[in-house]
Amino acid sequence: MKLHEYTITQLHELISKKEVSVPELTRYMLDRIDRLDSNLECYITVTQKHAMERAESVQKMIDEGVLNSPLAGIPMAIKDNICTKGIPTTCASKMLGNFVPPYDAHVVKKLYDNGAVVLGKLNMDEFAMGSSTESSYFKKTKNPWDTQRVPGGSSGGSAAAVAAGEAIYALGSDTGGSIRQPASFCGCVGLKPTYGLVSRFGLVAYASSFDQIGPLTKTVTDCALVLNAIAGHDPMDLTSSRRQHPDYTKALINDVKGMKIGIPREFIADNVQKDVRDAVLNAAKVFSNLGAECEEISIPSMEYVVPTYYIIALAEASSNLARYDGVKFGYRAANPKDMLDFCMRSRSEGFGTEVKRRILLGTYVLSSGYYDAYYKKALKARALIIRQFNKIFEKYDIIIGPVAPTTAYKIGEKINDPVQMYMEDIFTVPVNIAGLPAISISCGFDSSFLPIGLQIIANRFDEPTLIRAAYTFEQNTDFHKAKPSLDE
Amino acid sequence: MEYEAVIGLEVHAELSTKSKIFCSCTTEFGGQPNTHCCPVCIGMPGTLPALNRKAVEYTIKAGLATNCTISNFTKQDRKNYFYPDLPKGYQISQYDLPLCKNGYVEIETENGKKKIRINRIHLEEDAGKLVHSEYGHNSYVDYNRTGVPLIEIVSEPDISSAAEARAYLEKLKAILQFIGVSDCKMEEGSLRADVNVSIRPKGSNELWERTEMKNLNSFRAVYRAIEAEVARQIQVVKSGGTIQRETRRWDDAKGESYPMRSKENAQDYRYFPEPDLPPLIIKEELIQRLKNELPELPDARKQRYISEYGLPEYDAGVLTSSKELSDFFEEAARASENIKAVSNWVMGDMLRILNERNLEVSQVPFPPTYLAKLVALLDKGVINGPTAKKVFEEMFNTGKDPEAIVKEHGLEVLNDESLLLQVVEKVIQENPNSVADYKKGKKKAIGFLVGQAMKATKGKANPQLLNELLIKKLEG
Repeated sequence: MKLHEYTITQLHELISKKEVSVPELTRYMLDRIDRLDSNLECYITVTQKHAMERAESVQKMIDEGVLNSPLAGIPMAIKDNICTKGIPTTCASKMLGNFVPPYDAHVVKKLYDNGAVVLGKLNMDEFAMGSSTESSYFKKTKNPWDTQRVPGGSSGGSAAAVAAGEAIYALGSDTGGSIRQPASFCGCVGLKPTYGLVSRFGLVAYASSFDQIGPLTKTVTDCALVLNAIAGHDPMDLTSSRRQHPDYTKALINDVKGMKIGIPREFIADNVQKDVRDAVLNAAKVFSNLGAECEEISIPSMEYVVPTYYIIALAEASSNLARYDGVKFGYRAANPKDMLDFCMRSRSEGFGTEVKRRILLGTYVLSSGYYDAYYKKALKARALIIRQFNKIFEKYDIIIGPVAPTTAYKIGEKINDPVQMYMEDIFTVPVNIAGLPAISISCGFDSSFLPIGLQIIANRFDEPTLIRAAYTFEQNTDFHKAKPSLDE
Repeated sequence: MEYEAVIGLEVHAELSTKSKIFCSCTTEFGGQPNTHCCPVCIGMPGTLPALNRKAVEYTIKAGLATNCTISNFTKQDRKNYFYPDLPKGYQISQYDLPLCKNGYVEIETENGKKKIRINRIHLEEDAGKLVHSEYGHNSYVDYNRTGVPLIEIVSEPDISSAAEARAYLEKLKAILQFIGVSDCKMEEGSLRADVNVSIRPKGSNELWERTEMKNLNSFRAVYRAIEAEVARQIQVVKSGGTIQRETRRWDDAKGESYPMRSKENAQDYRYFPEPDLPPLIIKEELIQRLKNELPELPDARKQRYISEYGLPEYDAGVLTSSKELSDFFEEAARASENIKAVSNWVMGDMLRILNERNLEVSQVPFPPTYLAKLVALLDKGVINGPTAKKVFEEMFNTGKDPEAIVKEHGLEVLNDESLLLQVVEKVIQENPNSVADYKKGKKKAIGFLVGQAMKATKGKANPQLLNELLIKKLEG
C-alpha cells in the first residue's frame, strides 16, 4: 500500500513507530499533488514551504514527546473559505483573490494545536454557492472516479482531494449539503456536525444560521478523530454550544442491535435515480440484518424544504456579502467615477454569476413589501420542519436516505439550470434547516461505477449515535475500500 | 391660523464602556486613524461579533434611569445599507424588540413640569468616519469609532418648542452622566441628536407630515434648527404649500437646512434578525442588581438640595444640571458651614470664570474643599469680599490653597486700630475739600474718604472699622 492510501489511524501508527517521518510523508504528499493536481485541480493554493517547515517542527515536537495527538504530522488540506493566517483565503472568488487573513479560523488553530500539517487550500464553488464546484473563479475540479464529471460541491476540492489521495483528510463547510454531497459523489466520508458544535469563527460566512465546518475523511474512525479535534465551545462564536462534547472515538462500536431507523418515503420517491434508491434500500437491509429496526416514515413538510432553505440562506447571504465593497479588502474596481460607482463596479466585477444571482434573490426576499410573503413565511416553515424532526427523533434514533438524488453528473451538464440544481439539494437542506448532524458514507456504486452516498441523520448533538451507525455499516460492508483508478 | 410645533428627538449616546461592543478594541476617542480597530470591528471575512455584556448593562441602566420597562427577551437585528464607513455593509442594531421601552423624563418648562415620553432605547454599534482630503478628490475612512456601543433614545413627539427640546436634551445628558454610562460630549460626537419636526393648528391633536433634521452638533444647533424649521414649515403652509416627508441637513454656519433625501428615496434597510447572535434573555435578578447600582439621579438630588440645603429651586436646578458641577458643589458644601455661600460662589464667580476661560468643571485646578476654605476665610473676617474675589481668581491661576495665597500675599484684613488711625489722620490731612464737604453736611463725602483709606492700605483694611474711625475723627 502507498502512503496516500493510508488512513489517519494507520499513518499515526507509522509515525509513532518511526517507520515514516512527518517530513518524508509531507514531501510524498506534495510530490503527489504536484503530479496529479494539474489534472484534477483540487487545490487553489499549495503551501509547499509552509507545509515542509511545519512538518519539521511537528516531527521535532513528536520526538520531544510534547505532541501525541492522533492528528500529529498528518498532512491535510482546508477548503478555501476557512481563514488561514498568512495563507490566501479566496473563497474561489475574484473578489477575494488577493485576500490573506491576519488570523486563523478557530478550527485551524485547533488543528495546529493537534500537529496538523496543512498542504494547502482547496477549490470550491464561489463563496460556497453551488453544488458542483463549477462556479469557482479559478478552476474546475474533476471527480477522481471520472474526470469528465463534477466532484460535487461546494466542498468539491475537499472531497476530490481526499478521494484521490491528495490529502489524508480535509475540512469542508456545509450550508445546505456542501460536505455531504461531494463526499457522496467522490466516495468518501463527510460529516456535517450539529449546528453550534464547531466554531464558525474564521469561516467566511455564506448563510450564518446554517453554516457548519466538518471533516471529509476516508473512514468513519478518521472522521471521529478529526471531530474530536475541532468540536467545542469558542467564546468568539456566540452560536457555538457551551456543552462538553464526548470523545467521539468511544462511539466507534460495531453494533446497531435495537437501533430504531426511520426511512422517509419522500427520500426514496421516483425523483431518485434507481441505482441510488436501490443502494439506500440495500443499506436498510444491511442494518436490519445487523439487528436494527427499519421503518418507513414520512416528513410531510419535505415539499417546503428547498424554498425554505433558499429564502433564509440567500437572505443571510445578501447581507453577509455586503462587506465586499472594495473599500477594506478584496477586489477593487479601477478608476471609479465616484463612491457609488466604486462600490457598484467592485461588486459587479468581483462576484461571479451565481453569487450575484443569490445576492439579488436574498435582497429581494428581505425587501419591504416582500418580507412577510417570503422571509417571514420561511421562518415559520423552518419552525414547522424543526417540529417534525423533533417528533421523529422521539421515536427513532436515526434517519437514513440518499444524500443526493443522483450520482456525479458531467461537467457543464446542469450549470445553466439553477432551479434544477437547487432542487437536487432536497435531501441535504432539511438537515441544515433543523441544525441536525448528518454524515455521508459509501453505500454502493451506480452502473458507471460512480460512488453512491448513504446519508445518516441523527438528533441534535447525537453525533455518537450517528458515528456508531456509520461505523457499524462501514465495518460490515466493503464499499469504502474501493478506490478510483487514476492514471499515475 | 396659529400653529404649534410637534417635535420628537432621536438621541444617540456613545456608551463609555472600555471596549467596543463586539470586540476588545478600545473605545477611546481620537488616536491616529485606524489604530483602534481589529479584524472583527472592520468586518473582515470570517469574523464574528461577541457581545460586550457591559454595553447591555449600561443600556438597561439608561432605561431604568428614564423610567423604561426593560425587556426580558430581546434580540439584535441587521440594518442593511452601503456606506464606506460601515465596514460590514450592515449595522447590528435592534429592530422590533428594543432593550428598553415606554419611559419618560421630566423637564421644566415656562408652564411648569412636563413629562416627555420615551418610546424606546435600543443598543447598536457606531459607524466609522469619512475623512475628506483638503486637496484633491480623495476620501479616507477612519474605523476607530466603528463598533463603539451606542444607544438610541427615541422620544414620543411630546416636545412643543425649541426651548423644551433643549431642556429635554440637557436632562438626558445629566441623567446619562449621573449614571455613568456616557460622557455625552457633543463636541466629540458622543452625544448626537436628530430632530423630527412637524406643525399643526394650535390646540389640535392632528399629526401632520414631519421632516427629519440631521447634523446637529450642539444644543445651540438643535435649538436654532428647530426654530428655523418651524418657521419654514409655517411659511410653506401659509403660502398654500404642503410639507413633504424628507430628511434635511442643517448648516449651522448659514443657519439654514437643506433637503437631503425625500420619502421616495428613503432607504429600505431590510432588517432581519442577526443570525450571529442568539437572542438575549434578561433575567429579573440582573435588572434588580442594576437598579440597586443606580446612583442618586438629578431630579432626586435637586429635591435634596432644596429640602436639605434650603437652596432655591432655581439654584438647585442649575447645580444639578451636570454631574461634574453637582459633584463639585456637593464636595465643597460638605466641607463648609455656609452652604448658601458655597452655592453662590459656584453659580456666580465659578461659572463665570469657567465660561470666560472656556474650561470644563473637570479642569478646575483646585479641589472643591478649597472653595469651602475660601468661604470660611470670608465668614471669619480674615479677608474681605473684594479680596476674596481676587483670591478666587488666583486659585484658578495657580491651583493653590486660599489660605496659602492669603498668607503669601499678606491679604489678611487690617484690624489694627492704631495703624488704621494713622491712615485716617493722613487721609483727613490730604483731603481738606472732602472734609469740608462732610462738615457742611454732605455725608456722602465719607465714601470718598473711606475709598482713599482703603487704597492706602492696598484694599486690606476692614472697611467697617475704617468707617467708624473716620466718623469718630471728623465729628470728634
